Amino acid sequence: MKSLKHAAQSFAESLKNCLGILIGLLIMCVALMLMTDKFATMSNFFNVVRQITINIFLACGMTLVILLGGIDLSVGSIIAVSGCISAGMITWMKLPVAVGIAIGLGCGTLIGLVNGIIASRTTIPPFIITLATMNIGRGIARIYTGAKTIAVLDPSYTYFSTGRIAGIPVQAFMIIIVVAVTSFILNKTKLGRHIYYTGDNEQSARYAGIRVERVRLFVFVFSGFLAAIAGVLSTARTFAATMDMGTSAEMDAIAAVVLGGTSMSGGRGTLFGTVIGAIIIGVLSNGMNLLGINTSWQYVVQGIVILIAVFVDYLKNSASGTSFLHRMGLVKKSK
Amino acid sequence: MDALLQMININKSFGKVRVLQDMQLTLYAGEVHALLGENGAGKSTLIKILGGIYSLDSGEIWINGRKAEITDVESARRYGVSIIHQELMLAPNLTVAENVFIGRELTTRMGTTDAATMEEQTQRLLDEYQLPIRATTKVGKLNIAQQQMVEIVRAISFGAKIIVMDEPTSSLSEKEVEVLFEAVGRLKASGVGIIYISHRMSELDVVADRVTVLRDGQYIDTVCMAQTDHDKLIALMVGRSMENYYIKEKNYTDEIILQVNNLSAGKAVRNVSFKLRKGEVLGFAGLVGAGRSETMECLFGLRRVESGEILLDGKRVDISSVQKAVSLGLGLVPEDRKQEGIFANQSLRMNTTVEVIDQFLRHGRYNRQLEMELTRKYVDGLFETKYASLEQPISALSGGNQQKIVFSRWLLATRRILILDEPTRGIDIKTKTEIYRTINDLTKQGLTIILVSSELPELINMCDRIVVMSHGYTTGVLEQGEFTQEKIMHYATMEM
Repeated sequence: MKSLKHAAQSFAESLKNCLGILIGLLIMCVALMLMTDKFATMSNFFNVVRQITINIFLACGMTLVILLGGIDLSVGSIIAVSGCISAGMITWMKLPVAVGIAIGLGCGTLIGLVNGIIASRTTIPPFIITLATMNIGRGIARIYTGAKTIAVLDPSYTYFSTGRIAGIPVQAFMIIIVVAVTSFILNKTKLGRHIYYTGDNEQSARYAGIRVERVRLFVFVFSGFLAAIAGVLSTARTFAATMDMGTSAEMDAIAAVVLGGTSMSGGRGTLFGTVIGAIIIGVLSNGMNLLGINTSWQYVVQGIVILIAVFVDYLKNSASGTSFLHRMGLVKKSK
Repeated sequence: MDALLQMININKSFGKVRVLQDMQLTLYAGEVHALLGENGAGKSTLIKILGGIYSLDSGEIWINGRKAEITDVESARRYGVSIIHQELMLAPNLTVAENVFIGRELTTRMGTTDAATMEEQTQRLLDEYQLPIRATTKVGKLNIAQQQMVEIVRAISFGAKIIVMDEPTSSLSEKEVEVLFEAVGRLKASGVGIIYISHRMSELDVVADRVTVLRDGQYIDTVCMAQTDHDKLIALMVGRSMENYYIKEKNYTDEIILQVNNLSAGKAVRNVSFKLRKGEVLGFAGLVGAGRSETMECLFGLRRVESGEILLDGKRVDISSVQKAVSLGLGLVPEDRKQEGIFANQSLRMNTTVEVIDQFLRHGRYNRQLEMELTRKYVDGLFETKYASLEQPISALSGGNQQKIVFSRWLLATRRILILDEPTRGIDIKTKTEIYRTINDLTKQGLTIILVSSELPELINMCDRIVVMSHGYTTGVLEQGEFTQEKIMHYATMEM
């Protein structure tokens, strides 16, 4: 009973922290319900679920990386590596689906491992490391596929996109699992605490006896592994793997994390926020599709939404921002 | 003599909290006027009002016999007020001259910056203050003391008549302090009034002419430095006399708990040897750079030991990591609280329980209630830590309260030997006494303390023995009864 109460308490806390974007999401949903007939249907809901699955996987890993004060630009390329290699193993090499997927996941995770090893043993900024492995990964996908599309039609593979359990798309369950696992790591393990501490102040973390290198290594491997799974899911969704799959997917993941209020300088943020951020991005693009807004404008709108969200966050956090709000009479003076 | 600056009946509130009540301050030209008060007494608020950072609710400011309307930083500057903050505000990649003229660069007729004239004028000022600094040097290449001089020169070049120095010596070595005081002397001679904020009482003896004491936002008294002493000032600050400022009893036994033989690590630690008795407070004295902190880092697994041995209970131990040190029962409250101690964005709770996560978070089960209990154990139980909520970020607390949190963290984890590296630096008197009392209580309970400190009175009054270091070597060990400042300084300046 007690643990339930605490769970409720901490849930209420995360709700409070993410109130701004939750309200934003709510307004968006209400507006879309009024503007279109289709938005509030079950089938559209499932559509949104399918659309955000890949980004949720990437964003979960990215949350840990950004909480640590880093960034992982290579996840989009990892999608291509794991997607293409697993597809090639199954379609070209005729290996069993499970083996093909395992090899694909292994190759994708390997890139995460490389990121992690360099990031934990050197002081090279993760931005640079993952920029390099992003290019390397994309190159590997290109070399491996020879710029050809690899179709995968094996039903046990495509189950990951078409499958349903009790009428609900299998992706919904996968989202629940990945969020639950990440949340468990972040909130219910020592490692999760260590991510917050290290991201906040690495020097203090060393003095506190936290093995900073191990934390770094884990976080990048985890991000790489989730991206590799996203690669398999992505291939299953289109029944094919191509060398340019997952291009700029890392940007959507970063956007979700930032929308969720996680600080780019590390140490501050929640997974709950990230999930809401990813949902906002998904609902936004789904809504614009339903409204028939063309793709070019969708980019512009998404960019503006991100700016608004971080601006609100800035106003909330910075002293000058607070005084700005006071001047505008938007919040009451506290203290 | 007319006052250079008069602040009369200054009131300031933040919401319901009144931080200044009928505050007053009178500063004469050529005077060094110290502001003394505990953290939260209102010193920095008063200074920020003078500097135009905060506006006042009511009250008057008179400068040179005329009423001054200070509305923002720019107008404060026009009235000749200049504040030199504790954290210097210089651009490291620009030259000294460029920094001095920042924001009001001189231009030639062509509209380009006139570097030559700016350098010439800056150099003239530097020479006038006999500072061995070139106007063309990049500020990043100067040491902290020199950078401070650049700030002072900048203030003068603005025509500042009132200069506020906020804890100017907190990161200076003793030699650098001398250079600063020489510059202060010249400023005085040229008729500048200086408001000087410092916690270091011994410094005020040297530099201050008068002292204004604040307590809880109220004006207490202004006294001439020559007509008072430390005890009287402390009594004014805390509102009662502090008879038991230092609390120290003999709690050690003859049992040797830790022995260090010929420990070496690079140039900072050379052939260091000492013994530690159970329940004792062992002081470490020395000048900046003597290798005291580095020795502690060796003991705590933060620095690789090259040769020598560490014996714990007579058994040789290899302390290769902080985890190992903690498992052996050691704890370290680090010297630089901001960089090495706190996690600024994390809650008080998270900052307190770093070392004991295993107790309430294992096998995926989180016992929040236990974590709260552990947090409160020392934060509330031992210290009177002032906070609004255990969930607020630690950065919202004052330095003294932050230190209590870091202290509590290590008290939760340390079973045998607690190393304190400059535990009272930049901390108000009241918290200091709390820490001294705690040190004594801990040794009574069987804990052993290593106290690294640059404040000699603190070492002399709190330690059972003092190890003195110089240039990485242990140059002397003093027993209680033979502690004097002269003796300690003799060993501390010894060349090996």
